[in-house]
Amino acid sequence: MKEEIIIAGFGGQGVLSMGKILAYSGIMQDQEVTWMPSYGPEMRGGTANVTVILSDKRISSPIVNAYDTAIILNQQSLDKFEPMVKKGGMLIYDPNGITRHPVRKDINIYSIEAVEEAAKLGNAKAYNMIVLGAFLQLKPIVIMENVVKGLKESIPERHHHLIPMNELAIEVGKQAVKEKHKV
Amino acid sequence: MAEKVLKKGNEVIALGAIHCGCDGYFGYPITPQSEVMETLMEEKPWETTGMVVLQAESEIASVNMVYGGACCGKKVMTSSSSPGLSLMCEGLSYLAGSELPCVLVNVVRGGPGLGTIQPSQGDYFQAVKGGGHGDYKIIVLAPFSAQEMYDFVGTGFDLAFQYRMPVMILTDGMIGQMMEKVELRPQQPRLSDNEIAKRYGSWATTGKTPDRKGNTVTSLALDPKVHETLNHRLQAKYREIEEKEVRFETLYCKDAEYLLVAYGSMARICESTVESARAQGLKVGLLRPITLFPFPVKEIQRLMPQLKGILSVELSTGQMVEDIRLSVEGKIPVDFYGRLGGVIPTPEEVLEVCMSHYIK
Repeated sequence: MKEEIIIAGFGGQGVLSMGKILAYSGIMQDQEVTWMPSYGPEMRGGTANVTVILSDKRISSPIVNAYDTAIILNQQSLDKFEPMVKKGGMLIYDPNGITRHPVRKDINIYSIEAVEEAAKLGNAKAYNMIVLGAFLQLKPIVIMENVVKGLKESIPERHHHLIPMNELAIEVGKQAVKEKHKV
Repeated sequence: MAEKVLKKGNEVIALGAIHCGCDGYFGYPITPQSEVMETLMEEKPWETTGMVVLQAESEIASVNMVYGGACCGKKVMTSSSSPGLSLMCEGLSYLAGSELPCVLVNVVRGGPGLGTIQPSQGDYFQAVKGGGHGDYKIIVLAPFSAQEMYDFVGTGFDLAFQYRMPVMILTDGMIGQMMEKVELRPQQPRLSDNEIAKRYGSWATTGKTPDRKGNTVTSLALDPKVHETLNHRLQAKYREIEEKEVRFETLYCKDAEYLLVAYGSMARICESTVESARAQGLKVGLLRPITLFPFPVKEIQRLMPQLKGILSVELSTGQMVEDIRLSVEGKIPVDFYGRLGGVIPTPEEVLEVCMSHYIK
């Protein structure tokens, strides 16, 4: 198993922490992982993205040309990364704020109304976990038990009381993901 | 089983320092390495091992605090990024001239000047050829993973004390900012003055005892004879290091006809390049220097007879390529490919360049 994922959106949407939780979940089931962020001024208010690779074998380059999965949370990221999904790969996006929707016919496309679902939950901060849930529904490369362990490792202990809320958000994301186009 | 964590390269530099029994860290913040001091401040090692962590008023102050700590035989270190390292170069020359052990970390960003905070390998010359004034060398280690960032702090201190000289960890924002799985080691105790003297000899200025003369640490040698002797001793030490301490890794080199040479972040990219080249039946290999000084000259010369050429891949305009050319003495072609401005070439991009040289 080797899964090369790009998660991209605005700074503040929880892009980097979603990647971190996914990577930690991988470690919990003894996979090799890399988490390679964009860093510096572009993080502050601009676009943020992170490349996460999970693999059964040692990972050489943490930077890749093409992704198995793109998780896209704003228009700029959709424009930039849609062409970089591998043929037959997967794109998940939140249609909120998207004016030009994905057009490729050679990849599987799914949508997750995460802004809407987070509002229903009454917790805007659950946004990134709803998106993570959508991904895990489609590609269960890490089991839920390890995701919870990953959450525990990546969230500071003083916030551990929020873990059940995060689990709920992941569950909501799993239910809410919709198929848009299938190869 | 050892504890495994997901951490940034910069963060594990800090953990590596604490766990190997470092006595003191003195630094000044600069992107992209500020997480080193941030992590130390979060970990509060002064409450556990007694390690001192201090934010100095500048890089110049930091390196001179390192000088002071090192004079006392303490395991001391600093970290910075390119412009900050330039400020430290005077101190670095003094540390080398006074034969003092220490570890310096340079998480390189693009230059010259303030340049960019994105990854670069443009400080190879500064690290390997000097930086400060005078005839000196420092051992330069080039980690290519978060695990090596962690491990090389301890390795660096071992080498620094064994040879009584500064050791630099030369890395960049890509390795510093990337998170990977890191296996942590058990906490090593900090060494006492007596333990340091027992292991590495009594040279530190820890106070005169009745059984020996006072120790003096200085880089000043106005007497021509003393100065010449000092420099010959330094050079003899560097030659010994060139004999004994060369470290490198090879991938698919056994039957390679064309060789990529890359270190640090670029070696990670080139590993993937070599794997794709092999999948296409191309006999391409990779040599990854782990020590940049001492440089793996002999390994390049050993591989040379089987090679049609070499490609040096760097995030610079071509620095390490000069050491490769010196190694091959003009006997085979040595090509160069580099990107700047924080643009990290993809494995496929390097493969295309590689093929354009290899299949002529």
